[in-house]
Amino acid sequence: MALKQTTDATFADDVLLSDKPVLVDFWAAWCGPCRKVAPILEEIAAQYGDKIEIVKLDTDENQDTAARYGVTSIPTLNVYVKGEVVKTIIGAHPKPKLLRELEEFIA
Amino acid sequence: MSDVRHVIIIGSGPAGYTAAVYAARANLHPLVFEGAVTAGGALMNTTDVENFPGFPDGIMGPDLMDNMRAQAVRFGAEIVTDDVTAVALDGDVKTVTDGEGAVHRAHAVVLAMGSAYRELGLPREKELSGHGVSWCATCDGFFFRDQDIAVVGGGDSAVEEATFLTKFARTVTIIHRRDELRASKIMAARAHGNEKIRFAWNSEVAEIHGEGKLSGVTLRDIVTGETRDLNVTGLFVAIGHDPRNDLLTTAEGEQVHLDEAGYVLTGDSGSGRSTRTNLPGVFACGDLVDHTYRQAITAAGSGCAAALDAEHYLAARDDTDSPAAAENEAAALDAADPVECPAEGSLSGVPVVTSA
Repeated sequence: MALKQTTDATFADDVLLSDKPVLVDFWAAWCGPCRKVAPILEEIAAQYGDKIEIVKLDTDENQDTAARYGVTSIPTLNVYVKGEVVKTIIGAHPKPKLLRELEEFIA
Repeated sequence: MSDVRHVIIIGSGPAGYTAAVYAARANLHPLVFEGAVTAGGALMNTTDVENFPGFPDGIMGPDLMDNMRAQAVRFGAEIVTDDVTAVALDGDVKTVTDGEGAVHRAHAVVLAMGSAYRELGLPREKELSGHGVSWCATCDGFFFRDQDIAVVGGGDSAVEEATFLTKFARTVTIIHRRDELRASKIMAARAHGNEKIRFAWNSEVAEIHGEGKLSGVTLRDIVTGETRDLNVTGLFVAIGHDPRNDLLTTAEGEQVHLDEAGYVLTGDSGSGRSTRTNLPGVFACGDLVDHTYRQAITAAGSGCAAALDAEHYLAARDDTDSPAAAENEAAALDAADPVECPAEGSLSGVPVVTSA
């Protein structure tokens, strides 16, 4: 299942105003570790989509949003609840570790 | 759970994938754990690889690894994108536990876990990782457009990263403990000729500064002891690697013999050239064993050697009654006739053998 792409233009609607927690995957096409984490996020979305929304933001094409949240390393995974960043996970991690990090949102 | 494989390969990268190509072509039907997020190994975070023979125009690191992987798959290697969480390597049948908790068994195991980036070991380093401190220039360089940044290290990796980062940054300062680069001549010349690159010789990073994001570092001159501040918003750490031996070191001790720096010890006292560890049926290759060369091509070469050594061991195992006897016979055959290899496909073509 391909994940939804959010952009500078749609970030507020897609993420900040969402009723559900939203995990944003800050990524870019040139980033090897981003490619490794993408399929893991698709699996998590398929399993826990009712609890947490997962969207992707291409940092190359949406530099305003990446800069606003101080992203200088990718992949960065930010979880937003009611418009605020409540969790930041930096780097590519195996699925069991990501699930542990996201436990409070998917339990 | 009665299926025992011929061989399981742990790790990918040039060593693991090359071992997989050779083991697969020998009909050993290897099971390869390439890692959940580390698949492809260190070259996945590089750009142009200019020194791998056969690619006169260079090749992108990730493309080279994709090619090796595809080559292994073509000959029947079964590649699993998962981590290994535990191994038990003594005895005739070795067990390997994956990230899902499933246990896999094999008569031979090839260890190719590679190495991990070394950290500076400074107080603020972890906190500022991802907020200015980085280990992946190709991933993160883009975020430092028109900024002043630094690279720590003086080897090929550091110089390659610094050169790459000049595409984005205003200036890149190479912070190095010596007064000349350790990198290869061609890389060093490229750095010296790049007007965006500056050098902080005889220097080490003493402190990292910043609240929430990196604002600068304090350098210490290792000759005079003097300190000075360098204002940088990005710090890329390329000071070398340590072997990824954590699977092998448990509370009960080491499963195979390691040297003082944590590299897996291989080789017979006689030739010193095999990939055998101290445990029969367990072989090691790539950056996990290599203090010295640490190149894609040497890793690939040792991966090939590990697969051939495993193949000899498995052939001898079919003729003898114990792992130790098989090890001795394989070693004796290698010593007596070092150029002979088992013919391709000389072993059973059955993917898994069922044990009683």
